[in-house]
Amino acid sequence: MSSILDKIKEAGLVGRGGASFPTWKKMSSVAKAMEDKGLNKCFVVCNVSEGEPGVKKDKYILERYGARVIDGMNLAIEFLGARQGFLYINHHYHKELAKKLEGLVHGTRIEIFVKPVEAGYIGGEESTAINVIEGKKAEPRLRPPFPVEKGLWGFPTLVNNVETFYNVSLVNSGEYKKTRFYTIGGQANNEGVFELPEDYTIEKVLRQTDNYPDFPFFVQVGGDGSGEILNDKLLEKCAGGAGSITIHKIGKEKPKDLFRNWTFFFYSESCGQCTACREGTYRLHEIIESDKPDWRMFFDLLLNLKDSAFCGLGAVVPTPIFSYLDNVLCKFNEADIDNAEMKEIIEAYKKIK
Amino acid sequence: MNKITLKINDREIITNEGRTIMEAALENDIFVPALCEHPDFPHKANCRVCVVEIDGRKALATSCSTLAEEGMVVRTDSERVKRSRNLNLEMMFAEHIEKCATCIWRVNCRLLDLAERYKILITTFKDRKANRKTYKLCHSIEIDGTQCIDCRNCIDACSKMQKINHLEVKGKGVNQEIVPSEDKKNICIDCGQCALHCPVGSAQEQSSWEEVEKVLKDGGKTVVLQISLAALSSVGEEFKEEATNDLFDKIIGAAKKLGFKYIFNDNLPNLITASKLAEQISEKAIDETVITSSCPAWVKYVESYHPEFKDRLSRVKSPHIVAGGVIKTHWAKKTGLDRNDIVVVSVLPCTAAKCEIKRDDINNDLNPVDHVLTVREFAWMIKKNRLELQKMEPAEMDLMFESTVKAPMFCASGGETEAVFSVATYLSNGKKNDKLVQDEKLLFSLRGFKEVDIEYAGIRMRAAIVNGIGNIGKVLKEPEKYDFIEVRACPGGCVGGGGQAFPTTAKSRKTRLDVLKKMKGGDILKPDLEILDWIKENGLEDKILY
Repeated sequence: MSSILDKIKEAGLVGRGGASFPTWKKMSSVAKAMEDKGLNKCFVVCNVSEGEPGVKKDKYILERYGARVIDGMNLAIEFLGARQGFLYINHHYHKELAKKLEGLVHGTRIEIFVKPVEAGYIGGEESTAINVIEGKKAEPRLRPPFPVEKGLWGFPTLVNNVETFYNVSLVNSGEYKKTRFYTIGGQANNEGVFELPEDYTIEKVLRQTDNYPDFPFFVQVGGDGSGEILNDKLLEKCAGGAGSITIHKIGKEKPKDLFRNWTFFFYSESCGQCTACREGTYRLHEIIESDKPDWRMFFDLLLNLKDSAFCGLGAVVPTPIFSYLDNVLCKFNEADIDNAEMKEIIEAYKKIK
Repeated sequence: MNKITLKINDREIITNEGRTIMEAALENDIFVPALCEHPDFPHKANCRVCVVEIDGRKALATSCSTLAEEGMVVRTDSERVKRSRNLNLEMMFAEHIEKCATCIWRVNCRLLDLAERYKILITTFKDRKANRKTYKLCHSIEIDGTQCIDCRNCIDACSKMQKINHLEVKGKGVNQEIVPSEDKKNICIDCGQCALHCPVGSAQEQSSWEEVEKVLKDGGKTVVLQISLAALSSVGEEFKEEATNDLFDKIIGAAKKLGFKYIFNDNLPNLITASKLAEQISEKAIDETVITSSCPAWVKYVESYHPEFKDRLSRVKSPHIVAGGVIKTHWAKKTGLDRNDIVVVSVLPCTAAKCEIKRDDINNDLNPVDHVLTVREFAWMIKKNRLELQKMEPAEMDLMFESTVKAPMFCASGGETEAVFSVATYLSNGKKNDKLVQDEKLLFSLRGFKEVDIEYAGIRMRAAIVNGIGNIGKVLKEPEKYDFIEVRACPGGCVGGGGQAFPTTAKSRKTRLDVLKKMKGGDILKPDLEILDWIKENGLEDKILY
């Protein structure tokens, strides 16, 4: 009989939190760290913090397949000989599901840990989750060491997304069918969470769910904050990240308004630990709100975030804006560029490209 | 140690495996800026000014926290590096309201240095912290929120190093702020390590130099300066010199030029303190523990955190307070001065002493010490008056009384223990003990917690020596294990004091210690003044004891 690790490896399971890291690798890193350091203690964390707008699949999974999630966690706990597991959960979800979840974890080594409201978006980042569970400030840790080597209270810790643990359970019982959950929203005809094959292209997902727009559009894939913007010619690839697809009608929002929403989100959610993000997102917000935005500085600040932010979340601040420029705004015909501001933005962007 | 080879700015560099890129660069005189990085603390990598470009990596890397690797190709000056470094610096400048004109940190300000080096525009962004509060911690330190760049070195100093946890980060994102803990149990002990580790002077001593300058300018008073050897040896560091005793006469010359009439070192009060403790040692019961009280931050620690130990502390006041008492009574009389016309200023590597002189049980019938200046403040006064230290007319230390007392090690961790037992030996048999401890290297080492066996009058005594209040745990658990406990709240003792020269690192603590050792020579403290009788004869007991 093969171990759960072999099964996961064979199934080709990857993490569903956004980074798509091979699940078996992460799990065996924890086992290896314990062996290397001669430890007999490790922890398992299931991340249901879901702090990014536009992504709703974690809740969907927990509501419907809670028992599977807990089973997946138990399999990991057992395999690794973990001391304890934590179901690290968004407080809104906890409010709704507390009773059911308590029933599910009863008699297991799993404890429910409610992510405090103020931990916010960054609270979903795995090393931040570890800090929060330890009662520390909600901000990411310097890596290395990675959580798999040195996580909760210094012990190797496996942090996986809720969907990953759900899949682990399916893999174990031979029911994993290489599907994933897609959250579809925005100007969608039929919004919701859908389970479809993981190798579907974005276009296929949209068509299959009756969401393919009949108007000029672009999509944001992988979260309404950090997701990449794609136009309708770029939908032949699979949805990455947390598997969300948000539909935008071209012309409905001005570029500046889109930029405002994105930068405001990051400005409000920045943990404040590093200069590039704390000050950078503040200045981005300030520039957007000014009467005469300094676009050159705006883009320089974004490049700086990409290059020198402390954590992955700071580094993705430019993703939606730059991909929107590359894939939407800069693809416009001359005739569609109907105002001075758009021209200014494009001009400034070309200079830093 | 394995060697590795990497390239920095096209130069081939060989370094030890395990070094960071920053260390490898600095070893080879390639400058990399640093603000939040301090060798006393784990890497934080939050200021993002030390970023470098590494071939094959998507993003820039912080050189402070990234290990150098074999074959790595690194640039510290690419366009990307410049953009990020300069933007991060400019944004930090917008967190830091420039108060340079009156800021004694001006000469030490890392931020200002970097602005000049990279010719960055410090007004690119509008200041955003103009309305932040200033928090005063007792009379020792102030945390000025309008100048803080959020590097958190003060937090590391207060929590990781000293385990006091008085300072906290409150709030998220741009709203974060360094604040005194709301938890009333986390009391500040005024050690000043936060200030000593702040790169931009947001955490600073509450300054006294203005008042001192006023007294000197106004005239009419006899202003007496007393300076501890741990301070005297590091003043030069503020003038880009290494810690040294070669500059003593010039520093004294500068002090005379500033208008200080008499300048004393701390040898005499150190001897008095040691002698009173020696008396206690010779009178102590077998199971009694004598605990030093010469470090004001330690005294405050005991009073705040372990009042149950309060009665077990020695009653001897700290040396500069002892000296102040002697100066304003016995010495005043001898010199024919009215004590009300004397102003005593202590230059110490200490911020806790600023609070200490305001204590009710010290500042009672006379102020033994009127003002305390840190090494930084004293150096600032010299610079501010455009005195060039190297060109100063050499001058000699004044002697409070005819005496050849030498106690150079007193400020170093272990020094008080040595002094006390040397005197105690004389008191018991009138002889000098050549071999007080087996391991003198350990006695004066910078290790935070030391256990030393002492041969004293044929008895073996056990001493615990703590420097850095973060290392106090073991002693508090079993104080009865020891006959004598010496504590200095700052790491390394007064050579690493919160009022020391800037910057202070393990390396500078070591250099300062070596200066003190060099001055030690062959002498062991000898009470050649018959000091205890002298104190009694002159009715000075109450000036010396709490």
